[in-house]
Amino acid sequence: MSEENNIEFDTAGVKKKFLFLNRKAPYGTIYALEVLEMILISAAFEQHAVIAFIDDGVYQVQKGQDTSVTAMKNFSKTYGVVEMEKEDADEDDDIDMVWRIVVEKESMDARGLTPDDLVVDVEVLASNELADLMAQQDVVFGG
Amino acid sequence: MKIGILVNEGPFTHQASDSAYHFAKAAIEKGHKVIRVFFYYDGVNNANKLSEPQSDDRNIVKLWGELAAEHSVDLVVCVAAALRRGIKDDILADGFRISGLGQLVELGMAADRTVMFGD
Amino acid sequence: MSMLHTVNKSPFERNSLESCLRLATAGSAVLLIEDGVYAALAGTAKSDMVESRKGDLTFYVLDADLEARGLNDKPLIEGVETVNYGGFVDLVANNDASQAWL
Repeated sequence: MSEENNIEFDTAGVKKKFLFLNRKAPYGTIYALEVLEMILISAAFEQHAVIAFIDDGVYQVQKGQDTSVTAMKNFSKTYGVVEMEKEDADEDDDIDMVWRIVVEKESMDARGLTPDDLVVDVEVLASNELADLMAQQDVVFGG
Repeated sequence: MKIGILVNEGPFTHQASDSAYHFAKAAIEKGHKVIRVFFYYDGVNNANKLSEPQSDDRNIVKLWGELAAEHSVDLVVCVAAALRRGIKDDILADGFRISGLGQLVELGMAADRTVMFGD
Repeated sequence: MSMLHTVNKSPFERNSLESCLRLATAGSAVLLIEDGVYAALAGTAKSDMVESRKGDLTFYVLDADLEARGLNDKPLIEGVETVNYGGFVDLVANNDASQAWL
């Protein structure tokens, strides 16, 4: 790694609201996996985050993924780690980090899915509620 | 303002890198500071010094390197994404450095505005 | 908070603009770039997408991407404002955050 010119920012005391926007289905492209890696790395920075699954993004958290024939990395279980990070932060009074895992109701309904079909517990938000939440975010990443 | 940019796609196949580059240049011309451009997913391919576009076409890899040199823009390539795609130090173009995904999160924290360019 | 939404894909190709419009709150700005500029054209089967939201959203389109695609002399939907890359930068600076719909 060419780290010799590592540039440091002064981010002491900074608390931002990150939105991780997932709109694509898993496996057809790598975005689901690489956004998940982004989310996991971000836990160390104790920022607020909304992890949103919209449009085909809801398929990323669908149960029963089996990649044994396609030989692709089955990362669906790793969403459980995201859920754990969220729960740990919720329970620890010393950590000021609010994470929300949300799914857009319209996207879920359009695809005939219910929360029982998903690998993690999610908040199901109607479009207008999700819109209001998204409008409050400071930094929007996705893929 | 301090501006951060995320580039999701490699050179030529998508317009993302071009759009990000023109945006970055315009931001600098307006007096803003582009504090980091982070290359993720196929965006890491923007750092491949072996890229050889046709002579009558723009050289995206070089353009980024020149922007970095002229305006001290920090061009960071994500190590995990880079390794997957075979982008390593020995083919890294001038102006780029390889580092961890945490640098993107830090960018989000440090910048006043972050803008994402992708497919 | 005011959000700048960027849409870079044609409404004929992807649902990005559709999802953006479904989830953009009133008062937001929407900037059409790259292949997204096709959504700014008047008289297409998709013109109504932008037309129907002119009341509560402000639409912008990037001039360089219209020019590249030979759309300079094509009528745009009324009320859509053309900006250059400098204008794009201003939109980013003047809104609180920016969200890309890819």
